[in-house]
Amino acid sequence: MTIEDERREQVLGTVRRSLGNMKSDKARRAIVRGRLENHPKGEIPARAQVNHFKQVDLFVEMAGAVDASVDRVKTKADILDAVTEFLRSRNLPQSLIHGDDAYFADLPWGKHKTLEHRRGPAAAKDLVSLAKAHSGVAETGTLMMASGADNPVTLNFLPDVSIVVLETKDITGDYETAWDRLREKFGEREMPRTLNMVTGPSRTADIEQTLLLGAHGPRSVHIIIVGR
Amino acid sequence: MVIRSGKFKANAREALADPQLQRAMSNVGVGFVQKRRMAMDKLPEFDALRDQARDIKNHTFQYLDLYYEEYEKKVREAGGHVHFAPTDGDARDIILDICRNAGAHSVTKGKSMIAEEIAINDHLEENGIKPIETDLGEYIIQLRGEAPSHIIAPAIHLNKDQVEASFREAHTGLDENRNLDEPESLVAEARSMLREAFLNADVGITGANFLIAETGTSVIVTNEGNGDLTQSLPRVHIVITSLEKMVPTLEDATAILRVLARTATGQEMAVYNTFSTGPRREGDPDGPEEYHVVVLDNGRSSMIGTEFQDMLRCIRCGACMNHCPVYQSVGGHAYGWVYPGPMGSVLSPSLIGVDKAGHLPNASTFCGRCEAVCPMRIPLPKMMRHWREREFERHLSPFSVRSGLGFWKFFATRPRLYNFTAAVAMPVLAALAGAKGYLKALPLATGWTHYRNLPAPEGRTFQQQWRDHLAGVDE
Repeated sequence: MTIEDERREQVLGTVRRSLGNMKSDKARRAIVRGRLENHPKGEIPARAQVNHFKQVDLFVEMAGAVDASVDRVKTKADILDAVTEFLRSRNLPQSLIHGDDAYFADLPWGKHKTLEHRRGPAAAKDLVSLAKAHSGVAETGTLMMASGADNPVTLNFLPDVSIVVLETKDITGDYETAWDRLREKFGEREMPRTLNMVTGPSRTADIEQTLLLGAHGPRSVHIIIVGR
Repeated sequence: MVIRSGKFKANAREALADPQLQRAMSNVGVGFVQKRRMAMDKLPEFDALRDQARDIKNHTFQYLDLYYEEYEKKVREAGGHVHFAPTDGDARDIILDICRNAGAHSVTKGKSMIAEEIAINDHLEENGIKPIETDLGEYIIQLRGEAPSHIIAPAIHLNKDQVEASFREAHTGLDENRNLDEPESLVAEARSMLREAFLNADVGITGANFLIAETGTSVIVTNEGNGDLTQSLPRVHIVITSLEKMVPTLEDATAILRVLARTATGQEMAVYNTFSTGPRREGDPDGPEEYHVVVLDNGRSSMIGTEFQDMLRCIRCGACMNHCPVYQSVGGHAYGWVYPGPMGSVLSPSLIGVDKAGHLPNASTFCGRCEAVCPMRIPLPKMMRHWREREFERHLSPFSVRSGLGFWKFFATRPRLYNFTAAVAMPVLAALAGAKGYLKALPLATGWTHYRNLPAPEGRTFQQQWRDHLAGVDE
């Protein structure tokens, strides 16, 4: 037995002793397996249990309430127009970094020659990132970002400005539905390496409880919702 | 961290006489309390969500050994490592080993109370590794060589001018005439100072608010984004967490997240809830190459099945201290160890012993606000009472308390004598008070009357009135 095994046995052994006279191991395992396989849903706030149009509206409202800015475009083809316009309105350089996402690869970059774009993880010098959300949860205006080559995790944290594309079809009312969508993509009991739930730009209230944006992560989060 | 809980009374007296601290603490009762109230009002299901959160944790503890087996299996499959640490010393050894194997010189840290509990910073420093706190509050108190005074707002005991002074002293390379009047400029300066630390660190250490058995995932909940830079940029990510953080599924984690931020800061959701599963995968252009989870026990496994098990449900939101009249008055440092306020008064004696922390459960008026606001419905006052009983049983209470209680017991167990004495004493006290209706001082109770007046009895004793009341009902 290695020291690691001994430590493990010491902790879990005490847990088992503290639990005292337990049901049969078989019965206990069946309960645990059932919970993990069925991942039952509990109480879900009524707030987002509305039709999909209203869920999209609620997402916009909730994201706005946490200081994210939201823009809506009709189709994917309009994304880069919205991006260049946003950068212009904020006096930001026409330059951004994005992941190796096929979704971004076939955007009409040729029509936006002034917009520089690099692919890959973010570096310290990157001011603006473009990423794609896996889901958006209306309940709290929360983006779910799944890491991978298509969406490097650093895009969500290093740049000052985070632009996130979210398709209306990917907007759910509650977290539970978003987890189901994630399982469809990654499989039961599987997760992307990093799953970020992002609700607005970075903030702190560590000095005299005064709320300030842009602590370590992005100072602003701009969400472009695609589709009606 | 040196345990100073045994000196709670002296610490509290010092805190009450500290004008800077008193000014800083005046923010607590207003900010946190109002924000929580507003979040509550926006969610009609809140009480049902609290019941559910309590039930999830109670269920998990019943099968904790098996959920850990499932959790470990999934972490291993994802290429990560789980290390169990029976004691704080074990946890320090494990973390130092990982850092040494990584050849680490500098370590960035997200905010973690477990890291405070095992005092990892001192240990790393003693072994030539530089720990850098990156949460703004933690960064400030690290510069000042202080301990956190609140579990989610570590620098809540400080005022802006104190932070400014610390920054001017520490950030020597910058323009001495720069303007740091506004909190914005302090935040911006910390941001730029820490950027380099993030990029140069060899290892990142974060805590975890949850471990998820379903997927082998650890979760951090933050607002600043420092925890994410801490765990995404260095080559090695170490999660230091404790045994009770387990939940079964993703649904269970978000069910508890629904009550966590609302109760803690009044936000509907913290800005970043980050779910991490294993190290960087094939094709990933970023993220850590190693992923280690250190699970600290330090006495928690022995709390299961005892009258203190409910305390393990605590999700470290801080609401109990925000609403506590004692905490609001004396601040977190007076409690003398890592966990202040009501949750600390219950947890600390379990972790460091009632002989060292026995004063803490006495630092309560039993007003019950802590239990009323607890999102996990932890019966904090009841458990403080359990500790008081243990303290008494083990003869740890001071002579004055024991003799006072003995005196009280003498009367309370002799009803005739008690009633007679009370019937005599009431009119005497009323006469002493005279027309003003209160007493400014009482022998043997000056500790009480020093701060407030004792309203004088107005007539007959409770027992006399109760007898009449019963007689009335009987008629």
